[in-house]
Parts: sequence; structure tokens; C-alpha cells
Amino acid sequence: MIPAAFDYVRAGSAEEAISLIGEHGDDAKFLAGGHSLLPLMKLRLAQPTVLVDIGRVSDLSYIRDAGDHVAIGALTRHMDVETSDLLKQHVPLLAHAAGHVGDPQVRHRGTIGGSIAHADPASDLPATTLALGATYIAQGPNGTREIAASEFYQGFLTSALEADEMLTEIRVPKMNGAGWSFQKFNRRAQDWAIVGVAAWRRNGDSGVALVNMGSVPILATSVSSALAGGASIEDAAAQAAAEAEPQADLNASVEYRTHLAKVLVKRALTEAS
Amino acid sequence: MEVSVTVNGVTHTHDVEPRTLLVQYIREQVGLTGTNIGCDTSSCGACTIHLDGEAVKSCTLLAVQADGGSITTIEGMAAADGTLHPMQQAFMENHGLQCGYCTPGMVMAATSLLQENPNPTEHDVRIGLEGNLCRCTGYHNIVQSVLAAAAK
Amino acid sequence: MTMTEDAPARTVLGQRLLRKEDPALLTGEAKFTADLVVPGALHLAVLRSPYAHATINSVDVSEALAAPGVRAAYAGAEVAAMFTGPLPCAWPVTADMKNPAHFPLAVTKAAFAGDGVACVLADSAAAAKDALELIKVDYTPHEAVTNLEDALSDRVVIHDELGTNKSYTWDLKIEETEGQVDAAFATAAYTTKQRFIQQRLIPAAMEPRSVLAVPQPFGGDMTLYSTTQIPHILKIFVAVLTGIPEHQMRVIAPAVGGGFGSKLNVYPEEVLCTALARKHKVPVRWTEDRSEASMSTIQGRAQIQDIELAADADGRLTGIRVRLIGDMGAYLQLVAPGVPLLGAFLYAGVYELPKAYDFSCTSVFTNMTPTDAYRGAGRPEATYAIERSMDALATEMGIDPLELRRRNFIPKDAFPYEAFTGLTYDSGDHDAAATVAAELMGYDEFRARQAAQNVPGATKLLGLGVSTYFEMCGLAPSRVLASLNYGAGGWEAATVRVLPTNRVQVVTGTAPHGQGHETSWSMIAAEKLGVDPADVDVLHSDTAIAPYGLDTYGSRSLPVGGVAIANACDGVIDKARQIAAHQLEANPDDLEFSGGVFRVAGSPDREMPLAAIAWAAFTAHDLPDGMEPNLEHSTHYDPPNFSWPFGTHMCAVEIDTETGQVEVLKYVAVDDCGVQVNPLIVDGQVHGGVIQGLAQALYEGAVYDTDGNLKNSTLAEYLVPAASDVPPITLGHTVTPSPTNQLGVKGVGEAGTIGAAPAVINAVVDALSGLGVRDIDMPASPNNVWHAIQAARASTTSSTHGGSQ
Repeated sequence: MIPAAFDYVRAGSAEEAISLIGEHGDDAKFLAGGHSLLPLMKLRLAQPTVLVDIGRVSDLSYIRDAGDHVAIGALTRHMDVETSDLLKQHVPLLAHAAGHVGDPQVRHRGTIGGSIAHADPASDLPATTLALGATYIAQGPNGTREIAASEFYQGFLTSALEADEMLTEIRVPKMNGAGWSFQKFNRRAQDWAIVGVAAWRRNGDSGVALVNMGSVPILATSVSSALAGGASIEDAAAQAAAEAEPQADLNASVEYRTHLAKVLVKRALTEAS
Repeated sequence: MEVSVTVNGVTHTHDVEPRTLLVQYIREQVGLTGTNIGCDTSSCGACTIHLDGEAVKSCTLLAVQADGGSITTIEGMAAADGTLHPMQQAFMENHGLQCGYCTPGMVMAATSLLQENPNPTEHDVRIGLEGNLCRCTGYHNIVQSVLAAAAK
Repeated sequence: MTMTEDAPARTVLGQRLLRKEDPALLTGEAKFTADLVVPGALHLAVLRSPYAHATINSVDVSEALAAPGVRAAYAGAEVAAMFTGPLPCAWPVTADMKNPAHFPLAVTKAAFAGDGVACVLADSAAAAKDALELIKVDYTPHEAVTNLEDALSDRVVIHDELGTNKSYTWDLKIEETEGQVDAAFATAAYTTKQRFIQQRLIPAAMEPRSVLAVPQPFGGDMTLYSTTQIPHILKIFVAVLTGIPEHQMRVIAPAVGGGFGSKLNVYPEEVLCTALARKHKVPVRWTEDRSEASMSTIQGRAQIQDIELAADADGRLTGIRVRLIGDMGAYLQLVAPGVPLLGAFLYAGVYELPKAYDFSCTSVFTNMTPTDAYRGAGRPEATYAIERSMDALATEMGIDPLELRRRNFIPKDAFPYEAFTGLTYDSGDHDAAATVAAELMGYDEFRARQAAQNVPGATKLLGLGVSTYFEMCGLAPSRVLASLNYGAGGWEAATVRVLPTNRVQVVTGTAPHGQGHETSWSMIAAEKLGVDPADVDVLHSDTAIAPYGLDTYGSRSLPVGGVAIANACDGVIDKARQIAAHQLEANPDDLEFSGGVFRVAGSPDREMPLAAIAWAAFTAHDLPDGMEPNLEHSTHYDPPNFSWPFGTHMCAVEIDTETGQVEVLKYVAVDDCGVQVNPLIVDGQVHGGVIQGLAQALYEGAVYDTDGNLKNSTLAEYLVPAASDVPPITLGHTVTPSPTNQLGVKGVGEAGTIGAAPAVINAVVDALSGLGVRDIDMPASPNNVWHAIQAARASTTSSTHGGSQ
């Protein structure tokens, strides 16, 4: 319940945050909403020596229409993503998925950037933004760079961010009327998904990503290829786990999880069609 | 590190260790023990308070993160003359509590829920309270309490 | 709220009176143990073994001692020397029961992951926790024993000094003539044989345990505040273990946030805080973290049940055979050995059974957290086994499960009914309860809907489950407890005093932790004495205020403690009658008492209200010769029988066969707990009990790996369901008063839990029966349901291929 002791510094801007994290080295961590990091610290599964609080970098909390995409500041809270009229209009899949993260209290504090940077394959928004073909903006000491969502997730809780880089923006292409579905299958509403599916379809195009089907969020490219090739939903869904590497845990065997992915992809594609 | 917060309308300023959780700060330094701790994983919601008007789990915030914020705890819900808040009254009238340990968090979560959705269905209430655990009531009368408060 | 003026009899009992407890709990004013502020208290933290089974070679606390804020640190051996003996087990069920020494901290061997091995006292909780990381323990780990049948083999022995993992075997064989059980099975038209697994459950009361020991160094008195259900029992044991004279030991249970059996124990931290407070002459406190609680607070259920039924051609039961293996965990906790015994008398449920019963339970030690009584304690297990078996029997016979039950019900006119066990069921009307439940469920309509929907190839299958139960509660007649070798009695104490201003104090030995005793006991006193319940205050859970009591567990508080209060009120009324007769110059027998006023029969103008009598008793100016002043009566009530609540639960589910998801469509609970003191509270008890039982059926289960590590120690992983995850509950009641007590009441705290798990699993299996599924392990998680479907399909396919179909 009580985290190990650490030093705390508060950043007023992204630049300051990056400078502070560079100064404090490898054992320093960014603290955004804290809803991924603090539970680990309370169980002493994480013991950073310095926390750089970026929660007050208020200019990173925004949702803006940027033409062909919507730009979302990394410190935008789940609740603001969920209730954004702009997102409901242009990226309804993301707004909807944000409403399924954790519980209301968590959504009042947790941020989209924190969730993505944590790179938890069981979280809803990494897979959702992956399905949507999002681009993440990382800012480091030498400026900013774009990282495609498909390049971002490198391993369990490991992203393409350098130690001194900070995720500042998520750019999500507008869906332009695509059909979509978000399937979150869990035992309790507050829990992470046992398997989740974020999917959209528009004409021959589609994007399908899986939650909790491997050490990283999984882009189910075989499903999209099959659909593009004219396969039926049933046949395409049979390819759901082609890119996945599911693990067994308390809630699901590998066999069940694999099966569930196919069922949920089938349902998602049906709903998105 | 110095932290200054307003709790139930009163400003408090204390020097705190950075690792102090907001719930510990409220309980041990502000001295308001109505906010309870039921778990260590943000699962149970017993520690739910309002920070700047919204329900949050005070076990998953550092006190330093709340610096400058305005907090309402269960002690701040009833009127100064002792009149219970309509949500508290509804819990009493509908037997929405037994041991009472989850109750402060439930009341705070439920009032936040009604702020965001003043006319919820039973399903809305159940989903809206997904982050709060109770072991006594089976939730039946908690849900009835929130629906009754919404109807007031 | 005044409802007693000119009140006829029983105006208060039966009212849905709002609870007195609520304002304090709703406003944060109520104080739980962790809320109490005591200056100068040191914080205890316990270092727990990461190994389930390991020899402790050495413990070095020196570095911890040097850490900032640390005042003391101890290893197990030093701590053991502070006590007169190991922690108690109060229920030696057999003379040869093996009971390993269980010290507050392990001395030579850690026997489960979470067993305390060292402790730290520091100025703050944070400093104490930090210092734990500086303690060096050298362990030699051993293979862990986590499988009950493997434990019985003694391949790896946990407690070397015992030489075996078997604690005891307890038998209950009841036959009219020798060999009757075997004969029943030999001649049966139908038999069933099934194995059920009662998974380990974590009670997860919302308030974690917390302890605060406050010494008075110069007088020797000690006050122990603890999150406990049993302040009275705890007081005796802490006194004996620490050597503090009992008269100087005071235990207070402040507001207690739920128990469900998990706070019915004498825990290491309770005696540790007390001993360390005494030694260091300062208050010492400890509050567990949730993930710590999952390991260091008792767990429940944990049995393997093998049950066989024999029935005649009509499906009437002719014999039952039960073999249990009970998992005690690493040590014997306070009443753990007796938990299977509490179920032993209930394996025939609500049914008539001839004296053809063969029960045997063997309990074993494993390298897991100790188990003990958890809501229902033995009775949910028994009910689950018989009710699942009745469904299996109905399936075998091809008849409706409700019809099979009706054929076996003990008929209403047979009560009081002496069962095959020799115990007497006080009252019952099972047919009525089943009929009400079937109506509320729409039983026949649902069956029709089910037949239409569950066609071959359907992916959404409907199921309907029934369970009926008899509960043996209201623990308990002391002589019966003696016959079961229980270490204490089952009486309860009450004092009722009418203060000079006609306000009433009720002192009870019960120790509520959510049950609303303050409200219900006020209502009993108000009913009896004709006062307003608001004018009654209930004093409890402090051994200095309520010196006698046996506390709250086993649905005993109302049928024992509540009846004691009614009896004490009678004593007050008797004394008041003497005073009134004296002052009214009437014969006591001519006085009628109602609505708080004594009136002379036939002379309604000659009357004396209780208020005047209380004042007269206080002034003592004019009392009958030899009468002592004041209006107070104390009594101790030992019940002549258990109380036997009963009921019928029904659950309707729909299962998505593609995902294995079980959706509860409707849950009906009809419970008969005799006369209801406060139906509002009764409803709440049933609601909570049902969801706790449903949670066992669908969500919960402590999972250990083969190394003895608990895999779901947090509430993020151990799935206590939330409002979003459970259904509303449709309640019905029948009222069949108990003839064994003056209030006609029975217990109700455990009933919902007892009925729920079998109703839910019967529904799940019913839904899947068309696919060939005959049983499913709890919890019926989507994963387990899906795998059960796959296994049934595979077996159907293979048997088809084998040509047997």
C-alpha cells in the first residue's frame, strides 16, 4: 500500500519534463494520471527513484480537428476522450473504447498518453489506436518525431519511446463514416479485457486490432487481408489469431483465448458491416 | 514537499513526503477518517472522493498531485445543520448499506454518477458503479438507493 | 418515529424500521479500528515468507533495527517466547486430532506463503514497511503440498513433528440396522455418484483487519481494539496467551466492516500487538494491506466432496454416502476442524432420509493459507453437494428436478421433525417455499421458453436451477456443542435496564459488523417494553461494557442473542409488575401489561406506566419489602435447539456457448427465517448472501500454483463482483415461526449464501445438459464453461465413433 520512497519533481512544460527526465536518468519515470504506475508502486513492483509529474502540463490536454485526423494531446483524460463531440463525430470507435477503460474514477484521472506509453497489451486504447492507424508524436531533447502505432509496441510494457522521450500527441485518422465495433470481453466490467477487439470497415478497407492476445497489442492484418480479398466475415474471422501470441492466465487458456478472439472478431466485423 | 488543498471548503497546508497517497493525507494529516482504504490496486473504490468536482480514487493519487485542488469527502456531504445529502438519505431509506465500510466511497461515486447522468437506468447505475465493491449488500439496495436519489 | 402509543401487541416487530447505525456510517463519523487516533502508537509490520514450505535457517534483523524510525525488530523465536503457548484451536473434533504448534511468527519452518517470519515496530507504517526489506532470512525451500490427495499420501510432510499431513478423520455413520447403507445402495432403483470441488474462497470483507493495543503500563490494564467478530472470545485467548490477567484485559470491536467468518479468529497480529504493546509500554497498531490480507486472513470452503445417493423407483432417497477431504491449510485455526462437521448433519438437505447415512471427513494440512469458517461454514458445502446430486438424480430418472424434490420434502405436518441424525428440525414448510419460488420465477413458462430455445445448434441456451436448503444455525445448544467437542458453549447474555428517565439500555454479547443489531435489538426491547425504539440504546462489542457474550457468527445473533434480550425484558417486566402491583395495591396477577403501561384488569383507570415504575425503582422510596432498587434484568440464554431456516432458490441463466459467458436472467430467493424482526434488514441479509454465493458459483476462487504461491492476491485478480456484474434479486418470503423460542425467530445471515451456489450451478448445468455436460467446476467462468462444452462435445463425438450411441 505504501510505495517505496522517491523524489518528486513537477514539470511545467514538455520541454522541462524532458530535461528533468534526462537529468535524473534511468530510474526516473514520468507520472501522468498515475493510474498505470501508482498501483505497481504501491505493491512495490515498481520502485522509481524519481517521478517527473507531467500532470500539470495543461497544454497537452486537447482534442483538435486537424483536417484528415484528430490530434489528441497525450494528457487528455479518458473521460474527455469518451465525451468529446469531435471524436464521437470523426473517430467514434476511440470515444467508445475510452468509455470502457477501467471505471469512471479511473477515467477521471487516467490519460490516453499514459495508457499508450505504458504499452500494456491488455489495455483498450493501445489496440484501438493501433486499429485506427494512429501516429504518436514523441518529443525528446532533440525535438519531435512521429512513430506509427504499428511500430510503437515492441514488447511487454515496452515501447519505441527512448528513455528521454515523452509522448505528446496521438493523431488518429478520421474514420469518414466507416463502420466500427469495439468488443471487450471480461468477467467484471472494471477489469482488463480477457480479449478485446477494435475494428472498423469501410468499403474494402479495414483495421482490426486485438487486446490481450500477446505481449503487445496485435494488428490482425490477416483478417484485413482476407476481407480485402473478398473473404466472408466468417472466413476472415478464422484468421483472427494469425498474428497473435496468446498466453494463458487465470481467466483464459491459450486455446480458449484463441477461440474467443475469433468469435469476437466475427462479432466485431458483423457489427462494423 | 508543501501541499495545499481545500477539503470540504477548508484550506489545509502541510509538508508531505512525496510518496504519501492522497487518501493517507486526508486520513492522517487532514484528520478526516471517513474515507476508507479497502484495497491496494484501485479496485474497490472505498477511497472515492471528489477532486475538483469529480469522483476519483484517492488511493491512486499522490497528495502532491492534488496540490491546489478542491476536495470533497464524505464528511463534506451533509449540510452544516446535519441534514443528510439526498444521496446519503436515499442510502438510509433504501437500506443501501450494512457494515458501511464501502459506503462513503459508494456515496461519492454515486453522486458523481448522477452529476454526469442525472436520469440513469438501473443498467446505467450498475455500470456506473463498476469501480466500487461491496461485500454485504449484494448491490441490490445500493442500486435502488441511487435510483431513488435520482428520482428526488 | 413513534409507533408505540396505544399499541397492541407486536407493533414494532415486523416494521421496516430504518437503521440507527446508518447516519454515523453515512457521514464518515463511524470509527473503524484504523480510524482511531492514539498518540505515540508504534506501527507493526510483518515480514512474510515468500515460500510456501521452507526451513528458516536464520533471521537477521540487525539492518532493519538500524533503519530510520525503527524501534524494535524480532524474529519468530523471540516472539514465541513472549507467549504462554501457540495460537489456539478451539475445536479438537477427535481425541487424536493432530494440531501443529502455530506461533504468531513461524520459528523453524514457514508453512505457507504469507506465514509471518519476522516483524518490525517503527514510528510510522511507512518506516516499518521499508525496514522489512532490510531483514535477511535464510531459507531452505521444500516442495510445497498444494493438492489434497497428494497431501494425504504423506509423500511430503509439512509438520515434521506430526509425521503426517492428516489432521483427523471424523465419522458419522447412522443406521437402524448394521449394513443398512450398503443395502440401500445394493437395492436402489437409482444411484448417483459425484465428486464436487469446493474451491478456496477469500472472504474479502471490505474492511481489512486492523489491530490497536493500548496499554496502561502502571496499572497493567490492556485495551485491545480489533476488527473482530468475537471480542469476548478474543479477550479470553489473548489474556491466556499473553499472561495478562483476564480481568485486566479489555477488547473493543469498534465499527467493523464486515466479517463473513474472516474475523472469527485469534490472529497472530492481535496477540502480537498486545504482547509488544505490553513489552514496549506504548500503543502498537497494525492494519493489513489487501494483498497481505489475501494471504494472512483465513480462507474458506476448500473441500473435495464425494457423494453418493441411493433412491427407490419413485426417486425417494434411501441412502446417502459422503466422503470429504477438508483442506485445513497450513495450521488449524480457531474452529476450522469443525467446519465440515457443521455440514455433516445436512447432507440430506430438506428431504426425508431413513437411518441410512454414512459420512466421513478426513482433513489434511497443505502449504496454503489456513482455512476456517466462511459464511455458512460447512452448510453451503453440504447443500451444494445434495442439491447438485438431486439434479443428477432427476436427470437420471428423466423427471423434473422440482418434482423430484417435492417427492422427497419432509411434509409440513411432520414438524417438529426428528431427522435421521437425531436432531430435531423445529419447523418447516418446504412445499410452500418451493411454490412461492416457482410462481415468482414463472417456472412453467420458463421451462416452455427453454424447450423452444434450446434446439440443436442454438448458441444461446437457457437453464433453470433449483436449490432448496435447511440451515442448522443459531449456534448453539451448549450440550450439543459439547457432544461435538467444541471448546465453548453456545449461550448468549443480555442485560436490559430501564433508566430513571424511561430510556432503555440493552447490553448484548453479540458483536455486530453490518447486521444492524442496534436497530433490531432496539425493536425487540421496544416490542416487549412498549417503548419507542428510538428510546432504546444497544451497548455491545466492548468487554468492559458487555462482559459476557459469545459474539456473532453462525447466524446465532438473533435466535440466541435476540431471544436473550426478549427474556431479559421479561425479567424487567416481572420486576416492574411487582412494583406496579405494590403501588397500585393490586394483585400482580391482575395486572395487564401492554403499550408500556400496567393496568388492573377490570379497572382501566388504575394504571402505572413503565416510566413511573422506572422512577420508582430508582428512588426506591416505596418498593415491595426486600426488593432491590432499579429496574434491570440480566440473563444468559442457552437455546434448546438450533434454529432451522429454510428456503427455495431458483436461478435462470442464458449461456452463450460461443464465449462460455453465463448471464443470470433472473434470481429468485424465498427464505423462511421464521418471524422477521425487521424485514428491511432480512432482505438485505438475503441479498448479500445470495450474491456471495453467486460469486462462488461464477467468479471467485483462490488459485495457487504448485509452488504454493497465491496467484490472485489482489482485488484486481480475485474477482469479487461489482454491481455491474450481478443481477437484481427477486425476493419472496414465507413465515413459519420457530416453536423453540418466544420470538419465533430463526437466523438469516448465512441463508442466502447457502442457497445460491447450487441454484446457479444447477442452472448452468441445466442449460448445457443438451450438449452432454453433466457437471462443471466452480467458478463457472467463461473459460471453464467453454472448456466443459468442448469436453462434452469431444466425448459425445468419441462415443459416437465408438459405436456406443
